[in-house]
Amino acid sequence: MTMTWTIDGVREGLAAKKISARELTGDFYKRIETRNAELNAYLALSPQRAYAQADKMDALVAAGKPLPPLAGVPVAIKDVLSTRGITTTCGSKILEHYVPPYDATAVKRLEEAGAVILGKTNCDEFAMGSSNENSAYGPVKNPHAMDRVPGGSSGGSAAAVAAGLAVASLGTDTGGSIRQPGALCGIPAMMGSYGRVSRYGLIAFASSLDRIGPFANNVKDVAAILQTIAGRDANDSTSTTAPVPTYADEISKPVKGMRIGIPRDYFAEGLDSGVRDKIEKGIELLKKLGCEPVDIRMPHTDYAIATYYIIATAEASSNLARYDGVRYGLRVDDPTLLGMYRKTRGAGFGPEVKRRIVLGTYVLSAGYYDAYYLKGQKVRALIAQDFRDAFTKVDAIVTPTSPVPAFKLGERTSDPLQMYLADIYTVTGSLAGVPGISLPCGRSCGKLPVGLQLFGPAFGESRILQLAHAFEQAGGASI
Amino acid sequence: MKISREDVVRVAELAYLDLSETELETYRAQIDEILEYIGKLNELDTANVEPMAQVLTDDQTADATLREDIVVPCGIAAEVLKQAPDPEPPFFRVPKVIER
Repeated sequence: MTMTWTIDGVREGLAAKKISARELTGDFYKRIETRNAELNAYLALSPQRAYAQADKMDALVAAGKPLPPLAGVPVAIKDVLSTRGITTTCGSKILEHYVPPYDATAVKRLEEAGAVILGKTNCDEFAMGSSNENSAYGPVKNPHAMDRVPGGSSGGSAAAVAAGLAVASLGTDTGGSIRQPGALCGIPAMMGSYGRVSRYGLIAFASSLDRIGPFANNVKDVAAILQTIAGRDANDSTSTTAPVPTYADEISKPVKGMRIGIPRDYFAEGLDSGVRDKIEKGIELLKKLGCEPVDIRMPHTDYAIATYYIIATAEASSNLARYDGVRYGLRVDDPTLLGMYRKTRGAGFGPEVKRRIVLGTYVLSAGYYDAYYLKGQKVRALIAQDFRDAFTKVDAIVTPTSPVPAFKLGERTSDPLQMYLADIYTVTGSLAGVPGISLPCGRSCGKLPVGLQLFGPAFGESRILQLAHAFEQAGGASI
Repeated sequence: MKISREDVVRVAELAYLDLSETELETYRAQIDEILEYIGKLNELDTANVEPMAQVLTDDQTADATLREDIVVPCGIAAEVLKQAPDPEPPFFRVPKVIER
């Protein structure tokens, strides 16, 4: 068993000079060298940048200067986030050799806080998928069961932390891509409210839905990473000026008397019995902590997947128009400009991306716009209203994160609709823009991790972090 | 059937996306199934619902969306051009688009 490091552990180790940041970085690269060939969690490593940063932290220690909050903490970054000088592929052949000329704001903020960027993690191509099997660079394996998927699309970021190949990582979540792999890999994983974290430098999939958020080994570390990346950024006009509370102070506040909504619409058909059993035990634990369960209805839940796959694909078809073989990435030559576009895109994109571009272009095209895209936007409003109504009655909403634990590699690849249905409990919160966290909640049949999801009201991250922390401290992970 | 082969051909043309014969038929069948599923939205009467394009309210974005329009040089043009498949600084080169 490799030792599990936490942010506090790293801080104490450095401060007491038990280990240097350089030694710790080297230790993590050794772990990666040992495990990554089978897990396929990392696509690129950045040792030069990592050791330079580690040396900077060690110099601070040597000089007796104060250490920044994430000093020396080894982190991994999903390969859809731009990293200056480090190849960023989005899991796609079309960006196989792309080296961004700038850092995403979230990456920059982590590094400014002292974190050491080990490398870039595997993901479904352009973050489109729920199993990581849509990566052009091969699937990631689930560290808990090597014949199963880690979830997706941030499968590499989840697996890296779960396997001890990073202390924390960044993922992105458009319909569940942080929370679902967090659940399947048995670690806490969070997306903040839409607008909480700057997306500058995030290579876009669906702009009204995409969010960046952390994976870590415990809730406190999740809160620390969110703290670092949250807040207004002049480079992203969708990042809000809403004040960012000090989450470290918020998470230990008492949860007694909190009203937790249990939407019966989330416990309908399709929920695996092993998952249901653990979630019910999780709710019992929250009751023991003094929370008051409230039966609520979210009547438009059943329409969320259909709505999501209209809106997300429409936005994707527009965002992915930029891959045209002119400014970056692959080009397949043709004597005509339009021929060059067609061949480049036909050769560079994988099957799921092509399928979504076709579907997204179709729902936006003349004659179908009203029937699909406009309809989708209207139902999105109803789903958001479900959440607003619920939060007049409760402080947080508790659901399963995924209807099933990690499924076998290859089990769902031939049926896209079945794969989409894996997102049923996560897409609702994505459409509504509310924050959500997935927490380890025991193991289905004693083996595969189960995730319990908490939703809070928009910009109510503190509340779900508080509940999450209390749940974790009370032993929720081994329920 | 919700979507025909001709529809897929037309949409792929709009998206500048080359698809093989096999891809055309596979995606047609899969997208047909997805559109069939999406049809369940018609169970909902949305005649009086305002469409939601994004979730942020005006007060959340008021001071975020307006700024002075000032040019800020970022000085990375050379690096940007290095990523292009066929650069000719300071230009991107593309196949000829105008016939003489």
